[in-house]
Amino acid sequence: MKKLKILSLSIALSILSFNVSAASKAHLDHADTDIMDTASLQNGAKLFMNYCSGCHAISFMRYNRIGKDLGLSDELVAQNLMFAGEKTGETITTAMPEGAAAKWFGGVPPDLSLVARSKGTDWIYTYLRSFYDDESRIFGVNNKVLTNVSMPDALWSLRESQSEAEFDNSVRDITNFLDYVGEPAKLIRLQLGKWVLLFLGILFVLVYLLKKEYWKDVKYGIWRPRD
Amino acid sequence: MKNKQSWIDQRFPLSKVWNEHLAEYYTPRNFNFWYFFGGLAILMLGMQLLTGIFLTMHFKPDAANAFASVEYIMRDVEWGWLIRYLHSTGASAFFVIIYLHMYRALLYGSYKGPRELLWIMGMILYVALTAEAFFGYVLPYGQMSFWGAQVIISLFGSVPVIGPDLLIWLLGDYAVGDATIGRFFSLHVIVLPLILVVLVFLHLVALHHVGSNNPDGIEIKQNKDKDGIPKDGIPFHPYFTIKDSMVVVGFLWLFSAVIFYAPALNGYFLEHANFVEANPLKTPEHIAPLWYLTPFYSVLRAIPPLFGSQFPGVLAMGAAIVIFFALPWLDRSPVKSIRYRSPIYKWALGVFVVSFVMLGWLGLQPVTPTNALLGRIFTILYFAYFILMPWYTSIGKTKEVPARVTE
Repeated sequence: MKKLKILSLSIALSILSFNVSAASKAHLDHADTDIMDTASLQNGAKLFMNYCSGCHAISFMRYNRIGKDLGLSDELVAQNLMFAGEKTGETITTAMPEGAAAKWFGGVPPDLSLVARSKGTDWIYTYLRSFYDDESRIFGVNNKVLTNVSMPDALWSLRESQSEAEFDNSVRDITNFLDYVGEPAKLIRLQLGKWVLLFLGILFVLVYLLKKEYWKDVKYGIWRPRD
Repeated sequence: MKNKQSWIDQRFPLSKVWNEHLAEYYTPRNFNFWYFFGGLAILMLGMQLLTGIFLTMHFKPDAANAFASVEYIMRDVEWGWLIRYLHSTGASAFFVIIYLHMYRALLYGSYKGPRELLWIMGMILYVALTAEAFFGYVLPYGQMSFWGAQVIISLFGSVPVIGPDLLIWLLGDYAVGDATIGRFFSLHVIVLPLILVVLVFLHLVALHHVGSNNPDGIEIKQNKDKDGIPKDGIPFHPYFTIKDSMVVVGFLWLFSAVIFYAPALNGYFLEHANFVEANPLKTPEHIAPLWYLTPFYSVLRAIPPLFGSQFPGVLAMGAAIVIFFALPWLDRSPVKSIRYRSPIYKWALGVFVVSFVMLGWLGLQPVTPTNALLGRIFTILYFAYFILMPWYTSIGKTKEVPARVTE
């Protein structure tokens, strides 16, 4: 029986360690982002708003929520992240008309609110760094992760002005920002989690001691003598 | 205090109910780990009802807004993310608990007489719970919600003769859409919760009538002292109320670790593809139900179409669940507990557990020739556990059951 238990446990564990991601099978580099790194999120937000938001909306995200979570005042958000005279409570949409987008890119660029949740941070990090020259494509570039993608290499100017390591860090910050955008509550739950576990851990010890006290009756037959 | 109590007791049997079901409900004192899960299942039902009440306040049951309203809950509703995770990850935790609860019955023969009805009520509860989970999974209206529903509902379309009409009747449309969400929402928040609560009540009434089984599979009621109290029983309250409280806190610790650090559990509890809004024009490359339904999904895929119809597979999938109902009559063993069963039963149960887990795993994988073959082998082993049971439980040497419970 022991062996069976160990066998079934090891099968269960090996299944759990297998990732059921439906994302692409191409090799992905590890993004190594840290959502608790506020400076990285701030830089990611700046880069995203400058290089990505022209075409991609993050329509589940509000400007002032970003400000609140990343430690930026409404004025700073308005100066650095908002370019089209929106109000700070608004969600982040794109100014590009849908019809024009379809004409320019062959489709509306997807909303990126949840891209980190559906594709994963490794995918975003690798994808943004995998553009290569390909004259057969409309924009002159192709992508190793998403073959024949209809997106141009939006970060090309950044790639040319930065060293490889600097560029990787920029992409990492954008990825980190998108991870935050995918689940802003992640900032709260990661911080709150340890306190919840600490509280429940202490409570468990107390309830365990209480249980032990009560069960002395059963253990020593005080509750009812068993003959 | 005493006066107040008797005032109520003259009008409502409060003390009687309290005594019969708690203070003087005698429970075997040798309960072990496997007896944690009934109480935890009630905890989960309560948690799902409570969090469900708050989700219902903010969720929009229509195809155009459902997906966005879930994200609204995740972002703009105060503590909405926690309520939603407790509910969605809670569903998976509920099934972990229910499967362990059912496995306990297999280990200790809890379905055997006089607990046949208790077992059948539990099985109806399980079926109702899977339906509840399925309807709930469709509501956020992500890609997996949509395509999962499309696949599962289309199974009804394979019923001979009436299939196509049945399909339209169930969906309220020709495909999963606004009409489907409306009815699934209604079933998910009213019909099935009511059925679940009533059945849990009946399950408990039946349990308290026959009394709990225990790891030795002994009827403690056969050994009573002069006051008519089972010698191996201890009052449920305070001993098991305090022990179950400890279990609840321990469970909440594990549950919180998942909720706060891995609420989607790497795609097992919330699938990656379900963070993309439903798109009827774009089929995901790989459609799989959530983990708790995949063993049956594997059985479905293991049966090849006959005469171009998927119906045999659908029947097999149904049979994989329905056959559990027959357990009390398939099991011919003179003993209940695994502790005193013959070695052949232990092997049969071990093979069954491995088959169930493997079918569950295969159901998450894309179909390959190897996987299809494995699916068929484990489907056969799965059914063999039940079909051969009358034979292997009547042969083999069982151990002698002691008269009193062991420590």
